[in-house]
Amino acid sequence: MATDVATTTLGIDHRKLGMWTFLGSEFLFFGAFVSAYLLYLDTTAGGPGVEIFDIPFTSISSFVLLMSSLTMVLAHHAHTKGDLRRMRLWILATAGQGAVFLGGQVFEFNVFFREGLELSTSPFATSFYILTGFHGLHVFVGILLLGSLYVLSLTGKIKANQDVKTEMIGLYWHFVDIIWVVIFTVVYLIPEIAVLD
Amino acid sequence: MSSTTEQTGYAGRPRQRDGFVGWITTTDHKKIGVMYFITVLVFFALGGIESGFIRWQLAQAEQNVLTEEIYNQFFTMHGITMVFLVVMPLSAAFFNYLIPLMIGARDVAFPRLNAFSYWVYLFGGIFLYSSFALGGAPNGSWVGYAPLSTDAVSNMAFYAVGLNILGVSSLAAAVNFIVTILNMRAPGMTFMRMPVFVWMALVTNFLLLFALPIIAVALFMLNVDAVFGGQFFEPATGGDPILYQHLFWLFGHPEVYIMILPAMGIISEILPVNSRKPLFGYAAVVFAGAAIGFIGFGVWAHHMFTSAIGPVARSAFALSTMFIAVPTGIKIFNWVFTMWGGKLRFNTPMLFSIGFVSMFTIGGLSGVTHAIVPHNAQQHDTYYVVAHFHYVLFGGALFGLIAGIYFWFPKVTGKMMDEKLGKWHFWTWLAGFNLTFGPMHMSGLLGQPRRTAVLPGELGSTVELYNLLSSLGFVVLFGSALVFLYNLIDSTRNGEASGDDPWDARTLEWITPSPTPFENFHVVPTITHRDEFWHRKYAEDEAGRAIPVPAGAAEDPDAGAEHDEHIHMPDPSYWPLVQTLGFFPFGYGLVYGNFLLIGLGLAWLVIGMYGWIIEPVAEGDDDEPDDAEQVAPTATAGAH
Ligand code: HEM
Ligand SMILES: [Cu+2]
Repeated sequence: MATDVATTTLGIDHRKLGMWTFLGSEFLFFGAFVSAYLLYLDTTAGGPGVEIFDIPFTSISSFVLLMSSLTMVLAHHAHTKGDLRRMRLWILATAGQGAVFLGGQVFEFNVFFREGLELSTSPFATSFYILTGFHGLHVFVGILLLGSLYVLSLTGKIKANQDVKTEMIGLYWHFVDIIWVVIFTVVYLIPEIAVLD
Repeated sequence: MSSTTEQTGYAGRPRQRDGFVGWITTTDHKKIGVMYFITVLVFFALGGIESGFIRWQLAQAEQNVLTEEIYNQFFTMHGITMVFLVVMPLSAAFFNYLIPLMIGARDVAFPRLNAFSYWVYLFGGIFLYSSFALGGAPNGSWVGYAPLSTDAVSNMAFYAVGLNILGVSSLAAAVNFIVTILNMRAPGMTFMRMPVFVWMALVTNFLLLFALPIIAVALFMLNVDAVFGGQFFEPATGGDPILYQHLFWLFGHPEVYIMILPAMGIISEILPVNSRKPLFGYAAVVFAGAAIGFIGFGVWAHHMFTSAIGPVARSAFALSTMFIAVPTGIKIFNWVFTMWGGKLRFNTPMLFSIGFVSMFTIGGLSGVTHAIVPHNAQQHDTYYVVAHFHYVLFGGALFGLIAGIYFWFPKVTGKMMDEKLGKWHFWTWLAGFNLTFGPMHMSGLLGQPRRTAVLPGELGSTVELYNLLSSLGFVVLFGSALVFLYNLIDSTRNGEASGDDPWDARTLEWITPSPTPFENFHVVPTITHRDEFWHRKYAEDEAGRAIPVPAGAAEDPDAGAEHDEHIHMPDPSYWPLVQTLGFFPFGYGLVYGNFLLIGLGLAWLVIGMYGWIIEPVAEGDDDEPDDAEQVAPTATAGAH
């Protein structure tokens, strides 16, 4: 079990090092899906293509998700100060913004679906839904983690001096955000610009 | 060792360390290692029986012992079993047992996650084999090429989901071992003092960390295509089957190093001990291992020379493939020079290690012939390839792992395995192996196709003879395996007592008593040398010869055991086992496209996770309730 940070070889908490290691793996996971998506950008089998994206709408939900990284940092900061009350406040804000983003994604999927982009329409459709869907799943897991952080800090399981726990979940949350920046750029923006000219 | 602070109720942690409950709730890396090992024996028997049927069917031309459908299921399950349920978990067994001991730690970084990995492995294997009872096992080969495998008749949904479940196990283990090796070394155990086995374990686990997500994506895509109407690999709508091949082999080639590096690490420990010399060129062996890890990600398309990848890619991958032979060759020279001029002892572990070096070299050489593109086109999908990869996987990986079993058996049990039976095992194993797989080189070059249920009669009587020899080889191997099994079981009960250090070994795991005590080290050792244990036993005279340190001068590792501060050991837990059961509904849901089951499985996994998080904390954890912090040390001081 993770005991005292001072007794570890690298001076890093095991759990933090473990999270970093795991996220290294996650990068390749998304990398493979992004590659498939890029390969199938034009493979629409006569169905809808990138032109159905609503860039202004997705920009707003992306902005919300990005801002949640800020509140995550504030949550961790409050925790390092031992201020659990404020930490919980920022955690709620972070989870809330994550939920807004997810809501946006559900809405967007519905619109695309009604416009004829189904999972089985084309390789483009499949790779779009699976890639962004997996990202959404990661956001959802993140919200679960944040919720647990909130509740467990109330029950005393997470104590004022254990900011490493908030930090760890923060690492995960920032990772999910960074991946979204990549996805938003590669999946939405660049193809859209390419279509316009 | 008392466990948690006084906690009762549904969330209480089990206390029992022995008996059935002790095993299923264990978080002890040594017990988990033994559980991996025993499970591997069962799957090895299954995979072996499947290959027996293959060889029976092919013993003569135009035979129909098995239907084509069953033949396809057997060779596919044979390949999957040997790769994912035998060689990889057997390596994990060694990682589990040895890594903490070799770096001077008392357990891995995340003991419950370690138990989780084991249960996921076991249930993943059971899940895969349950397909035999549920309409047929996967039958599209261990590489599962699309679009054949997205076809409903191929039963490959079980392959996609089953391997993904096993991937979860390996990924969790990889994170665990990487953190353990990086972060739990005893004082003074610098990177360049680590045993080579630990180095190879580190490289292997990084390979797993980066290769597994790629195969996870490929398998998930198969899953979506086969069950949920996805179009990833559907040529009718423009999907590209070659994408599957790229993703599979981007994982697949690192995978072959995942299978071989642990065995290389094992023989790098055994050869020096039995040559009575330090490993020749430690740094070269370590760096060659790391280089293999890196280059291993840049050669994958040599499996696709006959696919439509174009001449530029063919040339580039031919070059990189020949290049990767260099670090491998370096290692072989290091092993040979380790033995050169040494006082060799030919005990069973040593024989298997030498067997490894020679058989692996043969397999490596035929591997280099694959790198030559025109040659490759000739060999592709023939028995020549089957011969090649059995020389590296069976003659290589498995020989090395078996060497490790004989070598560390006394460490685990405190008894020796029988040497006479061991030698019988080795020589029959070597003979049977070469008889089985040697002739496949010839029959392959003469045109015998691989993955074909019936040996075509028109290939002629020479090819038929080679096949008969192969099948006879299987019989020899089968007998040899029985000798091994008998030796294993009998030695556990009646083996000669081994003492703590039967081989006069070099590395840290032998510093503690054999069998290893529960807390591994009474006192965590401070490391001052590579081959620490050897340096505590021997000094050098002016000529560089080893002379034993006079009795009493060697530090007694157990001195002062009673004075050591209170030792924290991880507590047992039900949750890894309970949680992982959720993979069954989840997995079947994914295979049958049943969202109810998927939801049930996911909910189960999440609830299991919460059980895991909120169960009473392990003693010594920083989670320990504040009030207990003052009580615990005094209350448990006398417990050990
Ligand atoms: C008991 C000894 C073994 C025998 C007699 C045996 C025999 C065979 C044969 C005849 C095939 C070719 C099937 C075909 O192409 O139609 C095969 C395939 C294979 N074997 Fe073995 N094998 C043995 C042990 C092993 C071991 C120890 C490993 C791995 C460590 C292994 C890994 C594989 C793999 C990966 C395949 C490819 C399956 C596929 O094409 O999908 N085998 N084996
Ligand atoms: Cu390869």
